[in-house]
Amino acid sequence: MSSQVETFYEVMRRQGITRRSFLKYCSLTAAALGFGPAYANKIAHAMETKPRTPVIWLHGLECTCCSESFIRSAHPLAKDVVLSMISLDYDDTIMASAGHQAEAILEEIKEKYKGNYILAVEGNPPLNQDGMSCIIGGRPFSEQLKWMAEDAKAIISWGSCASWGCVQAAKPNPTQATPVHKFLGGGYDKPIIKVPGCPPIAEVMTGVITYMLTFDRIPELDRQGRPKMFYSQRIHDKCYRRPHFDAGQFVEEWDDEGARKGYCLYKVGCKGPTTYNACSTVRWNEGTSFPIQAGHGCIGCSEDGFWDKGSFYSRDTDMNAFGIEATADDIGKTAVGIVGAAAVAHAAMSAVKAAQKKGDK
Amino acid sequence: MSDTNLTGVEKVYVYEAPVRLWHWINMLAIIVLGVTGYFIGNPLPTMSGEASDHYLMGTIRFLHFSAAYIFAIGFAGRIYWAFFGNHHARELFYVPIWRASWWQGFIDELKWYLFLKSEPAKHEGHNPMAQLAMFFMFVLGSILMIFTGFALYGEGTGPGSWANSLFGWVIPVFGQSQDVHSWHRLGLWIITVFVIAHVYVAIREDIMSRQSMVSTMISGWRYFKDKR
Ligand code: HEM
Ligand code: SF4
Ligand code: SF4
Repeated sequence: MSSQVETFYEVMRRQGITRRSFLKYCSLTAAALGFGPAYANKIAHAMETKPRTPVIWLHGLECTCCSESFIRSAHPLAKDVVLSMISLDYDDTIMASAGHQAEAILEEIKEKYKGNYILAVEGNPPLNQDGMSCIIGGRPFSEQLKWMAEDAKAIISWGSCASWGCVQAAKPNPTQATPVHKFLGGGYDKPIIKVPGCPPIAEVMTGVITYMLTFDRIPELDRQGRPKMFYSQRIHDKCYRRPHFDAGQFVEEWDDEGARKGYCLYKVGCKGPTTYNACSTVRWNEGTSFPIQAGHGCIGCSEDGFWDKGSFYSRDTDMNAFGIEATADDIGKTAVGIVGAAAVAHAAMSAVKAAQKKGDK
Repeated sequence: MSDTNLTGVEKVYVYEAPVRLWHWINMLAIIVLGVTGYFIGNPLPTMSGEASDHYLMGTIRFLHFSAAYIFAIGFAGRIYWAFFGNHHARELFYVPIWRASWWQGFIDELKWYLFLKSEPAKHEGHNPMAQLAMFFMFVLGSILMIFTGFALYGEGTGPGSWANSLFGWVIPVFGQSQDVHSWHRLGLWIITVFVIAHVYVAIREDIMSRQSMVSTMISGWRYFKDKR
């Protein structure tokens, strides 16, 4: 078997990528992952000698924005190379084959590369109605996912759908869309790498997958299973409007002076202080901009359940405390009002009683 | 509670010096935390001019975090004292609902507050109703604020910092960061409700009950107004 397995380098050459482009790609990758130039050689060496790891890209209940983001990676070379590495196998949106031929590929990979392929999942399986809300190749996606997950080496959960559930899992979640790690359950023993965002940033996606393919190991993950290299800081920690936050200069209304001057968007509900993502450093569309730079607050798209966390335009968002669905300040001010009024009334009553008692004596 | 017969007793030493000192430092810390916390959640109107001319939010947050350290260290010290102080030092941290006498005292106190009794019972330490409020609103409230507060603080100081290592796990327990903010924000109101009730009742008891209240937290001695 080993003689038939190609290296990444061989695959790339077969795909028409020149050696020059290959080397460029290696130095680019080294830079993107924050390594020194010396690492380019290591990456090149690894790709020339190591048998390639196949990547299967499955699509469940989703809108394809993760794929759309992915193919817009800033550096066309990176995109071409990475795509050439993965589209070979299975990605029902961008692969060449279709129908039974395509489904046969899955079977073949599962068998030939048992325990040795990466399963990238975009979207998630809906579990209600026996999974009928998402049918792939004649059977529920949940079945396909479970079946392919069995022999995978690791799983990448692309986007907020696969990682957390996203919009299709928002209340009341009629199809019971379930994120990948919850669907597979605690008994699943392979690493699951969450790359949340709606969609995730292209460079984050290519960065994660390149790291895994070239170094043949999973990136270091945080408590929630996200790669630390892209998700260890909040938008707020690296936001270029942060000096205005610290100074106390805010956009109070959308068309005010502060909005024109680019003040901090905290008071109009920016979720930057509660959102882990790389937008304020990597930015979007080839590093052009990101929501805050365009004048709108972050809506927290890479956070768990962000659709159900109340207003995008207030920091005092709806919560469910003691069975009451309201914001913390609404609950709190009401409680303070009631207790305050009760204290005053009680004080008055006490005074009356005390006076009566005196009179009685 | 643990009311031995108080007939004929003039005064009892209740609050030892560390408890009294902690009480007043804690009060100051809570005032600073409450005010600065409110303005972190609902910032003051925008300052004009260059960003480099101001550091208002920065200062407010600095005060919040400084008071937070005092509050948290004080709370830890208070727990320590519960083990090594007199038996009154422990009353704050548990509610003896398994004791019939506690329930009896509670109902008694309730009646007194509903004006159904013309005279309250005497208590060396806390009365049962006060004990209930102190435990559920102040003790649990403080624990909520310390855990959520340091979890949020650890988000700013970043992975690898002590706060993040020690309290980072709190974030996924509540869901995500925004949920932790919401609960921390709700905590302000829980503590505020407690403070209103606590201050009102302490003053009222000082005037209307048969024993001293406010001065007890200053001198440590509980004076009884009658010898019955
Ligand atoms: C009586 C105790 C406390 C009260 C009443 C209080 C109140 C508040 C309030 C109302 C907020 C605004 C929440 C928001 O909208 O995001 C806040 C934020 C915060 N508090 Fe507290 N807090 C208390 C204790 C603590 C403690 C012990 C810490 C520990 C370090 C802490 C750390 C923080 C942090 C880090 C923030 C977020 C600051 C930011 O987003 O810039 N707090 N606090
Ligand atoms: S993660 Fe959210 S974003 Fe990606 S395909 Fe899904 S809806 Fe689109
Ligand atoms: S705009 Fe948002 S992320 Fe930027 S400093 Fe203000 S609150 Fe933080």
